[in-house]
Amino acid sequence: MSAEAHTSTEYIKHHLQNLTYGQLPAGYQRGDGEVLQESIWTLAHSAQEAKDMGFWAINVDTMGFSIGLGVLFLFLFHRAAKGAVAGVPSGLQNFVEWVVEFVDSSVKGSFTARNAMVAPLALTIFIWILLMNVMDLLPIDWLPGLAGMLGLPYMKVVASTDPNATFGMSLSVFALVIYYSIKMKGVGGFLGELTLQPFGKWGMPANLLLEGVNLIAKPVSLALRLFGNMYAGEMIFILIAIMFSGGAVLALTGGVLQWAWAVFHILIITLQAFIFMTLTIVYLDMAHQEHH
Amino acid sequence: MNINMTLIGQSITFAIFVWFCMKYVWPPIIGALEARKKQIADGLAAGDRGKHELELAAKRASETMLEAKLKAVEIIAQAEKRAIQVIEEAKNDAKAEGDRMIAAARAEIEQESHRARESLRGEVAALVVAGAGKVLRREVDAKAHADLLEVIKNEL
Repeated sequence: MSAEAHTSTEYIKHHLQNLTYGQLPAGYQRGDGEVLQESIWTLAHSAQEAKDMGFWAINVDTMGFSIGLGVLFLFLFHRAAKGAVAGVPSGLQNFVEWVVEFVDSSVKGSFTARNAMVAPLALTIFIWILLMNVMDLLPIDWLPGLAGMLGLPYMKVVASTDPNATFGMSLSVFALVIYYSIKMKGVGGFLGELTLQPFGKWGMPANLLLEGVNLIAKPVSLALRLFGNMYAGEMIFILIAIMFSGGAVLALTGGVLQWAWAVFHILIITLQAFIFMTLTIVYLDMAHQEHH
Repeated sequence: MNINMTLIGQSITFAIFVWFCMKYVWPPIIGALEARKKQIADGLAAGDRGKHELELAAKRASETMLEAKLKAVEIIAQAEKRAIQVIEEAKNDAKAEGDRMIAAARAEIEQESHRARESLRGEVAALVVAGAGKVLRREVDAKAHADLLEVIKNEL
């Protein structure tokens, strides 16, 4: 956290920047004053560089952590699934069954149609988001510090504080909502739902506006809720971490605060994962219903 | 915090994860859960059935006991009846036997007295012949007078 080298603002900004890999165009002047002779693919060394890479860049840390955690989740659950027997379950199987049953009962409670995809989708969302969120509980300088030693300029550990990750999920869910709306109700039924209610066919523009906002709000709120909560939590951890460089008393207070916030954050982590899952189920249920 | 290709990458990753979960994780676990549920339900049903059967068996046992008791009473009554009958029969038999023995004894007595009379008759005849011989002072030829003697013997 080397406060002598960074100001607090720099420290915060540093923690909020993803490790971005992308293309910088020829003639681009980098942060250290170097002017590029030709366009290169490289890691961004500043927030400005990351921004200038435009859309065709990738957040290596977000992808790495999310894929790593997703693979961990699937590996553990797959191992339990392979050994799943009807007899007395082993420890891992017991835990996995408990989670699966919890998700299954949530799906059964909210989803009335029949679709074999919804429950596994809900399970994936819940566990994946939960694991990504849990990374927030690691002291925020551990992994970025390690990455710094390896020469990586940035490292954002919590994938769910990257809107790319949350929107990636929520837009996928949105695509499923639209797909199933059209599959269940037909194009006409889906458009009718958008335009013919709540005011009947003479209020079509108003209907379209209301229902359109309603529709678009689903993925946006889904993604922003998770992102906002995790981002804010992360921010508080960063602010607390700044206290560590402010002398013994502040550092001690910071330690206590970090512990307290982490305990409270466990609740938020789980809750956000659960909310994302439940709303996904509810949105898909609405997509499956003829009238709602 | 820029929106970039990560968005697409995350969507693809997400889709792959969901597909994998749907294909290889969810069905076996749910299958095991269902199987266990069924096993437990079967066990409980078997327990209920066992209990029911036990009740039935107890009922059957008490019924059998009652039946056996009734039968025993019947058998005892029958046996008593039979005993009386046997005694009655024995009495009748004894009476008949007694009668028969009495009759036989009577016949024997009759025969004996008859025989005694016969022998007495013979002796008397002999005495008469001897007495008559003495009276006549001459030997009566028993052979010559057998007819006569026989007549006398019969008249005695």
